[in-house]
Amino acid sequence: MNNNFDQVPGELVEKLKNFKAGRPLKIMEVCGTHTVEIHRWGIHNLLPAEVKLVSGPGCPVCVTPSYYIDQAIHLLQQDFIIATFGDLVKVPGNHSTLEKEKAAGGLVKVVYSPMEVINYARNTGKQVVFLAVGFETTSPGIAFTIHQCSELGINNIKFFCAAKIIKPAMEIIIRNSEIDGFLLPGHVSTIIGSQSFNFLAENNIPGVVAGFKPLDLVSSILQLLSLIKSGNNQIINNYSRAVNQSGNLKAQMMIEQVFEPGNSEWRGLGNIDHSGLKINQKYRDYDVEYSVDLNIPREEVNTGCRCGDVLKGYIDPPQCPLFKKQCNPDNPIGPCMVSKEGSCSAWYWYG
Amino acid sequence: MCLGIPMKIIDIDGTSGIVENKGIKLKVELVLIDDPQVGDWVIVHAGFAITKLTDQEAQETLELLKEENFIE
Ligand code: SF4
Repeated sequence: MNNNFDQVPGELVEKLKNFKAGRPLKIMEVCGTHTVEIHRWGIHNLLPAEVKLVSGPGCPVCVTPSYYIDQAIHLLQQDFIIATFGDLVKVPGNHSTLEKEKAAGGLVKVVYSPMEVINYARNTGKQVVFLAVGFETTSPGIAFTIHQCSELGINNIKFFCAAKIIKPAMEIIIRNSEIDGFLLPGHVSTIIGSQSFNFLAENNIPGVVAGFKPLDLVSSILQLLSLIKSGNNQIINNYSRAVNQSGNLKAQMMIEQVFEPGNSEWRGLGNIDHSGLKINQKYRDYDVEYSVDLNIPREEVNTGCRCGDVLKGYIDPPQCPLFKKQCNPDNPIGPCMVSKEGSCSAWYWYG
Repeated sequence: MCLGIPMKIIDIDGTSGIVENKGIKLKVELVLIDDPQVGDWVIVHAGFAITKLTDQEAQETLELLKEENFIE
């Protein structure tokens, strides 16, 4: 496949630098990979002074609340093996992290794909709980894995489901923050389709579905600024090599087969109705919450971390008093510094 | 965590397959995409191919931008 997306024509860069918005504008991206790529390539530094680009709740690890980690550690202490995506093991709960518990003898297995858990569980024969986090990009694969467990009659895997749906969180954001336009998440859009973001247009906010190469990002930002300036509140798909209007129907059906919408707690945003996916009745045997009481006491420790404000686009990470001081990648205080796709981490490494 | 990587299908075995990019090979599930074929480019995320990529090049994006008068 042609690789010349790596080159952004100078005229496009100049166009962006010299863009005259005519008033201060705030645009938001809601995808962890966008956060990283924008900072890695210094694209935020190309923006004219009157345009501010902030990161929203687009990194699944970052929006996972500390209480979820406390609950996962509780499961570890009940002699379950915890299987998880790597990013989650360093996220601080209120008292510990999965990584520290592992060092102290807890059984934590890091996987790349949820499907790996099936073989792993077959081999150990012990009870395994998979920490099912992610947005719509990840949920179809998790749904398929749950379905496979059921087809194969596997009875030593359970899922602790905190999978999330992006739209309800964006609805909260647009009600509470003045966002003039959105750079829309490319990989979530492969699943849900660009038309899922029509609710933005209905709220007079334009959006552009963007890919991940520098040219994708620069051209998408430029398109977004032009839409805002001309008052043209539509959704444009600028990642049509991977995304279509209605999304991946097979993947959507997989989600519907296994999950149902439920409440979900987001770091910084709190509980949001219908913003999470819960395992439905048919697959209930695979839901750890159905067989284990996870209502452990909530003991929130105030660390001073301001991830919640970062995720709402209220502050940039350098405005957090702990940034680069007590909080750094070796000693992350909050998940936005843990995840490579977190805003604090992107600002730390690339500025 | 939502990282998706473009990779090319080089082998198919039932509902899973092998994908490759820059010498890295991975086993992935192909159940989420329609009619996977050896040679197709797909976006791979957490062990699943989540969408096919059309072989559309940067040039097309540039043409589009020109049409919309973003660049001369
Ligand atoms: S710099 Fe650290 S403490 Fe501050 S908001 Fe980011 S993760 Fe939290």
